Amino acid sequence: MSLDRLMRRAGPLLILIILLAALSLFVPDFLGSRNLRGLALSVTLVGTIATTMMLVLAMREVDLSVGSIVALSGVLTAVVIASTGSVTLGIVAGLVGGALVGAFNGAVVAWLKVNSLIVTLATMEIVRGLAFLVSGGESVAIPAEGFYRLGTDSFLGLNYPIWAMIGCFIVFGFVLNRTVFGRNVLAIGGNPEAARLAGVPITRVRIAVFALQGLVAGLAGIILAARITSGQPNTSIGLELAVISACVLGGVSLSGGVGTIGGVIVGVLIMGAAQNALNLLNVPTFYQYVVRGGILLVAVVLDRLRQTGSLPRLPSFRGAAPRNPDESDARHA
Amino acid sequence: MPLIEYRGIGKRFPGVVALDGVSFAVEPGEVRALIGENGAGKSTLLKILSGQYRPDDGDLLVDGFPERFASPRDSQDAGIAIIHQELQLAPDLSVAENLMLGALPARGGLVDRRTLRTRAAGVLERLGESIDPETRLGDLSIGQRQMVEIGRALLRDARIIAFDEPTSSLSARETVRLLQIIRDLRAHGRAILYVSHRMEEVFALADSATVLRDGRHVLDAAPVGPADEARLVSAMAGRTVSDIYGYRSRPTGEVRIAVEQLAGPGLRQPVSLTVRRGEIVGLFGLVGAGRSELFRLIYGASTPTAGAVRVDGEALAPGDPRAAIAAGIALCPEDRKDHGILPLASVRENIALAWRNLRARGALLQRDAEASAAREQIDRMRVKTPTAEAAISTLSGGNQQKAIIARWLLAGADILLLDEPTRGIDVGARSEIYGHLYRFAEAGGTVLFASSDLPEVMGVADRIVVMREGTMSGVVDRADATADGLLRMALSDQSSLTSRDLAIA
Repeated sequence: MSLDRLMRRAGPLLILIILLAALSLFVPDFLGSRNLRGLALSVTLVGTIATTMMLVLAMREVDLSVGSIVALSGVLTAVVIASTGSVTLGIVAGLVGGALVGAFNGAVVAWLKVNSLIVTLATMEIVRGLAFLVSGGESVAIPAEGFYRLGTDSFLGLNYPIWAMIGCFIVFGFVLNRTVFGRNVLAIGGNPEAARLAGVPITRVRIAVFALQGLVAGLAGIILAARITSGQPNTSIGLELAVISACVLGGVSLSGGVGTIGGVIVGVLIMGAAQNALNLLNVPTFYQYVVRGGILLVAVVLDRLRQTGSLPRLPSFRGAAPRNPDESDARHA
Repeated sequence: MPLIEYRGIGKRFPGVVALDGVSFAVEPGEVRALIGENGAGKSTLLKILSGQYRPDDGDLLVDGFPERFASPRDSQDAGIAIIHQELQLAPDLSVAENLMLGALPARGGLVDRRTLRTRAAGVLERLGESIDPETRLGDLSIGQRQMVEIGRALLRDARIIAFDEPTSSLSARETVRLLQIIRDLRAHGRAILYVSHRMEEVFALADSATVLRDGRHVLDAAPVGPADEARLVSAMAGRTVSDIYGYRSRPTGEVRIAVEQLAGPGLRQPVSLTVRRGEIVGLFGLVGAGRSELFRLIYGASTPTAGAVRVDGEALAPGDPRAAIAAGIALCPEDRKDHGILPLASVRENIALAWRNLRARGALLQRDAEASAAREQIDRMRVKTPTAEAAISTLSGGNQQKAIIARWLLAGADILLLDEPTRGIDVGARSEIYGHLYRFAEAGGTVLFASSDLPEVMGVADRIVVMREGTMSGVVDRADATADGLLRMALSDQSSLTSRDLAIA
């Protein structure tokens, strides 16, 4: 790997390292193992969902409904456990509910060819409404001690939610890089019409990606329910923005075709470290909104600069080289 | 005194010397052709003229004074207009608004509609265009849009006008019109820079020519005429190219693909044709004749309303590119950038795309097999790329086209539909692509290629199908084809345009 390529790939990592160094200097207790574990736990929700959001964005689509899916699947799980007493049935209900919402998003986007921003904006509202309807508008207590252990127990010193996130990183990193499906996602994001004409089954891939996004958001919703020991219909409002911010910070392009799991991990950690620092420094909540919005803005501006070539391209499509400065000649050719 | 002069212009990008000591000048009333293969530096020269790039060395002189443009606006203010290959207009605004975009006549902050209309009508009349200024720009043909762009230059009273491959999407008649207008601009003392691949146009129009190769300026010729062709082409290529078509005849087999009464968007009458194994059929027609539309219907990229496509007698599922691909059909589209390549992906990814979806077994990427197969195709097609992992957008158009053909060879396609396969591609790469087509056909492949380049169709095809305005107007064997005959079939009945007009001899 050439130095140039290393620099391009390591861009967000550099930001993270600088951020961590600054935080360990200025924020008391930041590097404590308790705080670091807390930090890891705090990013699990965003981190888990970011793995499939990476696929969605790399496909040149977006999914705004993930926060509502988290709420719906948590509530579904809680209601099913409360009425049947079966934890297994509850988990299945949460996963299936999430996957169905995702498949619905994908079907409308792929078959009716509607902009995913609008489709998922609509389902964001619809699914949030469903979560309130299923729960009767209240938080639903989960009467199963065993279920809570999903959120609290640990293995090798790490909580299950952290393992779930790590599992998603591994699975979807593998899917993106090593499977035909993953490369097709990037192909569709890079040039949908060219992908279609080259025989990529674009309808199938689109629906599958949204369904996976729903499934993973459902999983995250179940784990969250276990951590807060109840199904909350009003949880995770605005979560989609944090997830998208993390992906874009990690070099996933909003115009599709570009994304790496390594970048997404780094993006998630940047978001988490910043949030953690704000908490440790006792920054009031109102300022935190401003900072979080600012981070998203910076991420999007960086994405734009990368596209126009004024900044080195960050983790990118495998083997992508910098754009040819005299590209117009090549393009006309 | 020259209106515009490049003096020792150099421009470097990381890892690339785009221009190196280029000097030439254009006088008022002169048409200077700028020719060279792709990547020779023509576009960079124009971008320096338009203020998009600043030169690293040397000076750009306008009216004898060195200028340093900080922005395209500065360049426009200096009286320079560039007519781009990809037109830069607003499709949803009216023709009149587009003509005066950026300088709308206003009174008290409100657009002065009457002045807008009269000035627009005036300039359209001067261009000999009978377009209503209120028409939505997007409803015009490409040729008409280009006239609007030229109209903008006239309205600004630009003295230096550069044309970047202006005829690549124009029909023959529009080309003739354009050349007349350029001659008229010359007569009014404008300095014209004319970038084109089409040598006939250069000879018909240019007073002088500058040849670029690898960013260096290798030859100046004035005056230029057909007698200079060999000299210019060899200066461009750095080698001598004699017959670029190099036609080879070959035996043909049974009917491979049959199009039966196919109808759909873009076709005014159903089309039927058959192509045999080992046969190369050229589909000739002018812009708007329905060639691309026919290809898209055969391939299933758009859905036919009637008729069928049979491969070895088996009817294909209509409107499904994957069915066509499974039957061995491949489409290399005219618009490589939007319909062909994955611009961010590597050459290897681009080549492997169809194979991994149609031929590879299992869901896992077979990375080693894929990489070695891609490298084999790169060698076989002689795709010039630093490595298989280079982004395809960094290659020249000719090499991108070769990579897309390689994509289909790797996927095992044996029926190639090529839509304008050599459009905008330099002579050397064209010659190589023809060679690949012959080899493909000799191995039993079937080729159907669409082109509006008459010499190419006559030079490469075994049989020529002519289309006109969404209908098939004739089929001619190679031996019986004449330029005039083909053109007559391609043009509407009332037209009297001959090949002489097209070549503007």
